[in-house]
Amino acid sequence: MNQVSVDAAAPVIVFRKESRWKEVWRRLKKDRLAMFGLAVISTMIILALLADFIVSYEAALKMNLRLKLAPPSAVHWFGCDGYGRDLFARCLHGARVSLTVGFATSIATLIVGSLLGAMVGYIGGKLDDIVMRALDIFSAIPSTLFAMAVVAAMGSGIVNICIAISLTNIPGFVRIVRSSVLNIAEQEYIEASRAGGTSTLRILLKHVLPNSVGTLIVQTTANVASMILTAATLSFLGLGINPPQPEWGALVSEGKEFLRTAPHLILFPGVMICVASFSMSVLGDGLRDALDPRLRT
Amino acid sequence: MTDKLLSIKNLSVQYKTDLETVCAVNNITFSLKKGETFGLVGETGAGKTTTALTIMRLLPAETGRITEGSIEFTGKLMLDLTEPEMRSIRGEQIAMIFQDPMTSLNPVMSVGDQIAEAMELHNKDNKTKEQIQARVDEVLLMVGIPPSRKFEFPHQFSGGMKQRVVIAMALACEPVLLIADEPTTALDVTIQAQVISMIRNLRDTLGTAMIMITHDLGIVAQTCDNVAVMYAGELVEVGTAADIYTSEDHHPYTTGLFGSIPNLRSKARRLTPITGLMPDPTKLPPGCTFAPRCPKKMDICEDEHPCVWRNGTHLISCHLFAGRENWRKEEA
Amino acid sequence: MEWPANTCPLLETRHLKKYFKVKGGLLHAVDDVNITIPHNRTLGVVGESGCGKSTLGRTIIRLLDATDGQVLFKGEDILKYGRRKMKAMRRKIQIIFQDPYSSINPRMSVAEIIAEFMIVHNTCSNRTAAFQRAAELMDTVGLARRYANVYPHELDGGRRQRIGIARALSLDPQFIVCDEPVSALDVSIQAQILNLLMDIQEDRGLTYMFITHDLSVVKHISDEIIVMYLGQCVEQAASDELFENPMHPYTKALLSAIPEPDISMRTKEIKIIKGEITSPINPQPGCRFAARCEYAMDICREQTPPLLSPWDLRQEIEKPGGKHFVACHLYTGNGHSE
Repeated sequence: MNQVSVDAAAPVIVFRKESRWKEVWRRLKKDRLAMFGLAVISTMIILALLADFIVSYEAALKMNLRLKLAPPSAVHWFGCDGYGRDLFARCLHGARVSLTVGFATSIATLIVGSLLGAMVGYIGGKLDDIVMRALDIFSAIPSTLFAMAVVAAMGSGIVNICIAISLTNIPGFVRIVRSSVLNIAEQEYIEASRAGGTSTLRILLKHVLPNSVGTLIVQTTANVASMILTAATLSFLGLGINPPQPEWGALVSEGKEFLRTAPHLILFPGVMICVASFSMSVLGDGLRDALDPRLRT
Repeated sequence: MTDKLLSIKNLSVQYKTDLETVCAVNNITFSLKKGETFGLVGETGAGKTTTALTIMRLLPAETGRITEGSIEFTGKLMLDLTEPEMRSIRGEQIAMIFQDPMTSLNPVMSVGDQIAEAMELHNKDNKTKEQIQARVDEVLLMVGIPPSRKFEFPHQFSGGMKQRVVIAMALACEPVLLIADEPTTALDVTIQAQVISMIRNLRDTLGTAMIMITHDLGIVAQTCDNVAVMYAGELVEVGTAADIYTSEDHHPYTTGLFGSIPNLRSKARRLTPITGLMPDPTKLPPGCTFAPRCPKKMDICEDEHPCVWRNGTHLISCHLFAGRENWRKEEA
Repeated sequence: MEWPANTCPLLETRHLKKYFKVKGGLLHAVDDVNITIPHNRTLGVVGESGCGKSTLGRTIIRLLDATDGQVLFKGEDILKYGRRKMKAMRRKIQIIFQDPYSSINPRMSVAEIIAEFMIVHNTCSNRTAAFQRAAELMDTVGLARRYANVYPHELDGGRRQRIGIARALSLDPQFIVCDEPVSALDVSIQAQILNLLMDIQEDRGLTYMFITHDLSVVKHISDEIIVMYLGQCVEQAASDELFENPMHPYTKALLSAIPEPDISMRTKEIKIIKGEITSPINPQPGCRFAARCEYAMDICREQTPPLLSPWDLRQEIEKPGGKHFVACHLYTGNGHSE
């Protein structure tokens, strides 16, 4: 047996380590800001889910012209809008729509975009050319116009809006994933895997995607915020959520006429959007750091 | 003042972050005369580049700290100089060549402009533009590049030529001291030979003193007058080239380094490497830093840090030389 | 070192070519290389950047697709293998990479990296068995078992390279291409890894192709050496013979350029090769070294010199140092003879 310097070799190896996800959670807990973001967004989600029990949907629609543009008070916490409707109820029920649209579209974009981007970036060649040119054509169409076209063809409603918004966002996401994958595909450990006979699918799933997860997370969380805004744009154009159904972006649009006289109309839904985006961002940052083995402490 | 160009005494440098303190350089002392080539040999993490950056006062501002010691250059105490005073020294009196020629040059400036830039910044005798351009041509010829290429950009040059441009830039203002940090590590052997030969010629013609930082004992043998071996931030052995290459007495690390190099002349199949790794600079062992890896370790080595022993020009920091014939304790 | 004449070589290449299409033409990365490596021997491939040695290694194990030629493993041309056969082949030929930082996946633990191939090829009955094998491999390469669940960035270059070696050994290969495995390591770690590679070779009867630019390292580990320049093999000989008796002007210059740790050599004249390496894109006929060679003759610029053994030509008795081949008109009898 050759002389090889080996430090104390344990006779039995236990490869159990704490499960990956447990470790990620433990590391995430240490990041105060990320936990704050998680807490805030969870609270929002819970409130949105329980909206019906807190304040009825009718309250969000009930008009009371005597309370038109009423400022915040003990009864109406957020005040009332131009039609005398309780803004708090509207924000709460609006959260349902906004958050659903934000998350659903982000996840859809994430799944479709990352699979497509990974394939295209790794395999390259003609597939790369065809798909990227197709996406270029897609992105040349102004996104709002495109969303309008989709909604016009398919009708309005939450689902169709989600589809429309996702479609406009997928090209950009694919591009980002592709560039991250191109970078990774050059690394020698990918070559090493090929030299070991690993299949392309396994390389994509086990080596390429995990290493681009940082980019994916940050992009997805940033997307949540921007999707909420896109939904607002569509609502404003009358394409998305039909009034009187509340939705944060639509509430901001409604409130803009009263900026000088009743700023609370913009303030509250606007703050909701900001807080939701901010929480998602810091949570995303924290998750990305928690998933990176290089930052283990 | 003696004829010492650069004199470093008891220099210690640390990198301090919130999490930890890295003791990069620990109490080193050495000096250089005018026109001398001094080799600083050591492996990655030994502290050589930190030493070079400290001389140039280019340590990262937030984390680098000079905790003790002095650096004297042409009679001036460097550590007391202000930043504007340092700026007038950098490039003009002390120049530095970095390891990677690929990233040392600005990709969007022509090489001629980059060489001229150094001169324009230090334009003490108010040279005119024509005079500066003439000097640029002169310097390019010195390094073996046709002056007609001065309008070209770095990407149009190969690795070896880029390194020559870097050397040209360094020599443009005729510095008295040139610090070369692994100047040929990234180059092929034949190009390395060209560059080393060129550096030697320039040094002979211009009389520039040089600190040659490298891990390659071969290059040191070919170019240096005096040599210091660095390990874990300390100078474990210092001497003339003859001391290092022909003497029988060495620090065990130096012996280990020589034993690790596959020798062209020997027929031995197995190398005798040093076991283990360089210690973590945030947790240096008490006593001698090399003790954990030393084949000649004694009990005292783990407890007491060795002092420096001298035999003529040869200095070794090791307990093995305590009381050995011809070796005297060196007073700090 | 004489090759045993009648054993089938483990690996052989015949007229192996690899060209790349680039802007401006065809890049001749590997041009008509013929090598033979017998069982349990090491072939050193030496040359500077751009000579094609890394491309040669990758083409032989089919990480790159060869443009032409054959690669014979135990007599069979593996370039003709389909996907399934090639996947099985990958268990017999492996590669160790140069950069210990980019050659292992930063998101997998040490044990996962080493066990990966075994899981892909199903060589162990289950995952636990694969990890157990991985632990044994860690012992072989001198990695403490406590590093099993550690991630690569927590380890230094030497230890990471050991991971790469353990991974290459995990499928029990017979032939390993070592692509500059010690170039990125410190001198003292280099020595440790070189010793390790030699020990493993002896223990397991492995055959190596050792690619490097470092002549002192190649002499140490190789039995036979080929010198490459711009995609072609310019000289080939047993290790000691090459160093004692270099024939090609490029080899001579290469050897003389090595800075030796010996101050008495300070005044030795270094043969400085003038000029820069010529482009490997659309190379002209004739010797590719001619533009930089101090002995260049007219014929050098017209005809590519073939790789021959000068003693064959002159029908002398074979030199005791073993067969020695060189591609240079100085020795073909077309110019003035040596």
